[in-house]
Amino acid sequence: MEVCGTHTMAIARYGIRGLLPDTIHLLSGPGCPVCVTPHHLIDHAVALARRNDVIIATFGDMIKVPGSTSSLEAERARGHAVQVVSSTLDALKIADTTPDKKIVFIGVGFETTIPTVAVSLVEARTHHVNNYYVLCAHKVIPPALDALSQGDVAIDGYICPGHVSTIIGYECYESIVKQYGIGCVISGFEPLDILQTIQSLVSQKKNNKPAFENQYTRAVKPEGNPQARSVIHTVFEPEDSEWRGLGILPMSGLKIRPEFQSWDAAAQIPVDIEPTVEPAGCLCGDVLQGKVKPFECSLFGRACNPDHPVGACMVSSEGTCAAYYRYNIRS
Amino acid sequence: MCLAIPMKIIKINEDRAIVEIGGNQREVGLQLIGDVRVNDYVIVHAGFAIQKLDEKEANETLALLREIENLS
Amino acid sequence: MKTKNQSKEIIKLAHGGGGRLSQQLIEQVFLPVFGNEMLNRMDDSAVFNVLHSRLAFTTDSFVVHPIFFPGGDIGKLAICGTVNDLAVAGARPMYISVGFIIEEGCFLDDLKRIVASAKEAADEAGVMIVTGDTKVVEKGHGDQVFINTSGIGVFEHERIVSGSNAKEGDCIVVNGPLGRHGMAVITTREGLGFQTRIDSDVAPLNHLIDVMFSSTDQIHAVRDATRGGLATVLNEIAGQSGVSIEIDEAKIPVTDDVKGACEILGFDPLYVANEGIVVACVGADAADNMVQSMKKEKYGARSSVIGRITGSSDGEVLLRTEIGSHRILDQLSGEQLPRIC
Repeated sequence: MEVCGTHTMAIARYGIRGLLPDTIHLLSGPGCPVCVTPHHLIDHAVALARRNDVIIATFGDMIKVPGSTSSLEAERARGHAVQVVSSTLDALKIADTTPDKKIVFIGVGFETTIPTVAVSLVEARTHHVNNYYVLCAHKVIPPALDALSQGDVAIDGYICPGHVSTIIGYECYESIVKQYGIGCVISGFEPLDILQTIQSLVSQKKNNKPAFENQYTRAVKPEGNPQARSVIHTVFEPEDSEWRGLGILPMSGLKIRPEFQSWDAAAQIPVDIEPTVEPAGCLCGDVLQGKVKPFECSLFGRACNPDHPVGACMVSSEGTCAAYYRYNIRS
Repeated sequence: MCLAIPMKIIKINEDRAIVEIGGNQREVGLQLIGDVRVNDYVIVHAGFAIQKLDEKEANETLALLREIENLS
Repeated sequence: MKTKNQSKEIIKLAHGGGGRLSQQLIEQVFLPVFGNEMLNRMDDSAVFNVLHSRLAFTTDSFVVHPIFFPGGDIGKLAICGTVNDLAVAGARPMYISVGFIIEEGCFLDDLKRIVASAKEAADEAGVMIVTGDTKVVEKGHGDQVFINTSGIGVFEHERIVSGSNAKEGDCIVVNGPLGRHGMAVITTREGLGFQTRIDSDVAPLNHLIDVMFSSTDQIHAVRDATRGGLATVLNEIAGQSGVSIEIDEAKIPVTDDVKGACEILGFDPLYVANEGIVVACVGADAADNMVQSMKKEKYGARSSVIGRITGSSDGEVLLRTEIGSHRILDQLSGEQLPRIC
């Protein structure tokens, strides 16, 4: 199983499945942070977007994700301020140049992205940018790996996320191997990286010797990035968090610490959020655990497609359903 | 789980750097890594350098990948 | 004034992206009402007979932002876009109309620059601008300048060239590296913090297309790859002609700077807009000869064969990757957004 949306896309894009024998099945796990975030976050973002004194700043992935009745893209079309940015530093710049507005950055992402959001809050505090806020919905990977390893789906090995690992290092994977006997190999993103990783995992399985390996040594160090982890710790603290499909996982989410509360959108900007409605028939939750393949969902390709998505897995640029749809994987 | 690409540092200015790939340049934050120099390669994600690319490891991996390529 | 039971559906940016949603909009809103034998063909230009002459007629609107970008501007784009739509139909472009919608507050010098640029492009293409219109809208109700151009071309031969004419066994030829226009425009926009050397490939291709037709009579289909990129136009040809296509990733020309910019923004060069790329389906025997002739021309120096029409089937476009695997090249979904994770 790969647990990184970029890996899911790379595997589909390079046609890796077509090169493997039938005995090897690649399952896609909850690697897309947008996809594992419950609807409620989108509804909250939409409610904020509807305030005339708010500019939403967000990564491009988020704007098409459907909430209960709307999306950031739809709100933008209605004239509300939604700005796609490629960095929190850009969002800070917007805050600087529009002092009469509240700039809310939608904080979705795993450990690769979390430090960048943390830095933006530190900078906001240091430079007194008091109209910059973060709506925090960040999640961390290790509890999800735990949950998957204890779950119903038989996993023989994890293709571990390359860039999350540049931040978190080796520790959590060594722990998974020890506790569950499931091999973990950190992989790069080139097709040959992925093939080499699969080869290692297959070899481990064949010899019944699950182990940890790092295939992406050029970017991932054993200790990860302690400086990045330190700034995460300065700004955020862990809390229980709901994952679509996996339910509530203890200590798997992050919330903004009290010292940074002035920049916490949820605490500072009151809105009425409409009641959350989960779409009927959507199997995103099962897809995210690898229990169901996208094409086994009755909505796949019919009521649910990239232009009219029902669930996040179809519309996120790294969603499993989006990958399967785009590269026409029907079996 | 995130798009991050290796880029080369061509200029450093305190906590920012100009990085480059294929002739395209952008400014990134260096707040997440220490001890980098001009001509180092870094992994860039969401406008920040998040890790330095280890040249020795990169060369070793590339050699290995080429070996696999030649076999296929 | 809203009618009582008006639906709440709205038009999104993606409807103008040139991909699946654009097509749906045309199929669901425009064709049911405007549809007729000619329009339903959905070719780049309408081709018809007037008295004894076969003519081609096309229209296009230009709303590019920013209006000035490396390698060109909206004026040059407006002329080249329409010239190229006529040329890929097999016609000789002759007369162009230009309609300007200018936003109040637009600088006069900017307008003059755009007009000069349009004239230069028209001269290079050898077409005459014969009629026009100007409107000014209040500030905030436009985006500096929008331009609509329409064009008329004449056929000097009997050949039928259409997206629906591609044949099994044909080679697929492109005239140069992909993705330059889209990346030049998007990297120039503010907010992406990008400096780049990418120039738009916007160019009038009618002379190049003339050379292509002079080199062989086995060209069955020609399209220009604009919004939605190469992948979209290949899907359109496959769909219109009822054929399947296979292209070879290793043979598709993309410059390093476009590759790098696409990597940074998470785009796929095969889906990025071009304004100077022509895609031709030509009989296999004639392909090499045609490519050699193209290489001698200004906009054809990097022409190459990138794939083939492999069969008559379900309009599938397959890409052979650099590692030898295959994947489907689907139509573009919505607009490509800069993505992070």
